[in-house]
Amino acid sequence: MTTKTPNQMAWWLVLPVVLLVAFNAVIPLMTVVNYSVQETFGDNQFFFEGVKWFQETIESERFHDALRRQLFFTGIILVIEIPLGVAIALAMPRRGPWVSVCLVLMAMPLLIPWNVVGAMWNILALPDIGLLGHSLNAMGVNYNFTRQPVAAWATLIAMDVWHWTSLVVLLAYAGLSAIPDAYYQAAKIDGASNWAVFRYIQLPKMKRVLTIAVLLRFMDSFMIYTEPFVLTGGGPGNSTTLLSIDLVKIALGRFDLGPAGAMSLIYFLIVLLLSWIFYTVMTKDEAD
Amino acid sequence: MKRFTWLVPFLYILFVLLPIYWLLNMSFKTTNEILGTFTLWPRDFTLENYRKIFTDPTWYNGYLNSLAYVLMNTVISVTVALPAAYAFSRYRFLGDKHLFFWLLTNRMAPPAVFALPFFQLYSAIGLFDTPIAVALAHCLFNIPLAVWILEGFMSGVPKELDETAFVDGYPFWRFFIKIFIPTIAAGIGVTAFFCFMFSWVELLLAKTLTSVAAKPIAATMTRTASTSGYELGLLAAAGALTIIPGAIVIYFVRNYIAKGFALGRV
Repeated sequence: MTTKTPNQMAWWLVLPVVLLVAFNAVIPLMTVVNYSVQETFGDNQFFFEGVKWFQETIESERFHDALRRQLFFTGIILVIEIPLGVAIALAMPRRGPWVSVCLVLMAMPLLIPWNVVGAMWNILALPDIGLLGHSLNAMGVNYNFTRQPVAAWATLIAMDVWHWTSLVVLLAYAGLSAIPDAYYQAAKIDGASNWAVFRYIQLPKMKRVLTIAVLLRFMDSFMIYTEPFVLTGGGPGNSTTLLSIDLVKIALGRFDLGPAGAMSLIYFLIVLLLSWIFYTVMTKDEAD
Repeated sequence: MKRFTWLVPFLYILFVLLPIYWLLNMSFKTTNEILGTFTLWPRDFTLENYRKIFTDPTWYNGYLNSLAYVLMNTVISVTVALPAAYAFSRYRFLGDKHLFFWLLTNRMAPPAVFALPFFQLYSAIGLFDTPIAVALAHCLFNIPLAVWILEGFMSGVPKELDETAFVDGYPFWRFFIKIFIPTIAAGIGVTAFFCFMFSWVELLLAKTLTSVAAKPIAATMTRTASTSGYELGLLAAAGALTIIPGAIVIYFVRNYIAKGFALGRV
């Protein structure tokens, strides 16, 4: 790594970014903070309520349930998608015409609008006319994701694996391709096993891209809204109501701005805190 | 063992293609056939669903609106992220590390949190229901991502390149545009791909910030689903068409990804 020159004029280079992002982040965030400490009765009358909404949210069963479902969902997603994505990237050809074919086909799910992803899986899983639902029922599995919470969860997870594993594959593959051939030749001369090559060459070289993959997958799965909303609408009952679905129900459905504001802030802080923990743990070795 | 490794990507690609096949299959069927019988390919092959989308302005305008804000967002994000990423990769300045982390935190803000304040903010400045409002709102998560990726690419370029150019008497902006940007063309391609992708697929903010004039295709679809009953064929055709722009973009950047990139700082 080259050393960086101290130069305060560099602020001018980052200024446009700071202004644009601040406009989009600071003003709305202040609005949310503002709501979160007030009570509203319509006609723009607001009363100061202090931390009442925060206390209510933290103590409410409903929030706990949504948070538990969210953590469960994100946990499963990470455990499936990261190893699967790395395995696929390792098995892909390194060069030749098939590389482009694989990459283009695999990237397709990433570029489909999220509501279309939800709608696609909805028509795929419909028990009577969908390919997946119909085949499962024909095979004797009693499957109806609009009625059975377990089936709804399985469909939701299958959808997310379908949707996002490719991102892990792309990142892991990009990391693998950046390893010079000389490393592999050296390993061959030393008679290293496949496992040793993976453990001591490929994995360390993929570490940076994998950190990004884990962080991106963590953040995005924690903020997921559109796909489950279109697929299951949070149902059956509340069984797939994840945090953001619950939040939108409160904010836009009932127009309870105070509780919604408080919940937004707590939600944001949880994402920040967990991301920070991931980031610190995964980059710890480099600091040593 | 080695001979069967191709099976892994092969099976995965089959899994990826399965829902897409079903979507295409549906889009060529009539509504009657979809609801009536279970068929693996259209018996009553029809292009009616596609014809409707290409002739009805409420449908094709949805695509044009979506493309408009996605392209604007990609251009804005990459343009402002380029100098910023350069600053982060080359210089040390007051608060640089904190600033970098603050930028990343915005990538972690759930769009659901910002939906309502965004609506009020963009209404207040009179941009509600314009493509530029959506393009600016998407900067919230795309600019941090663009800076992050570009910084990684730029850190891979040796600093001697800059120093030589400055010794040769290049002014900063001339060096930046004439020499530096062509050097990291691959990085710009990858960044533009990710910006395009995340702006194209986002719906919650795009829907919140538009009503009629700038309605994105995704919103047209959800509204059709609720108002005109259950026109699955039409919905499937509209969905199938949303795959095309992304497929074109990935085709153009495939070589950059195949060549590999070791992202710099995380």
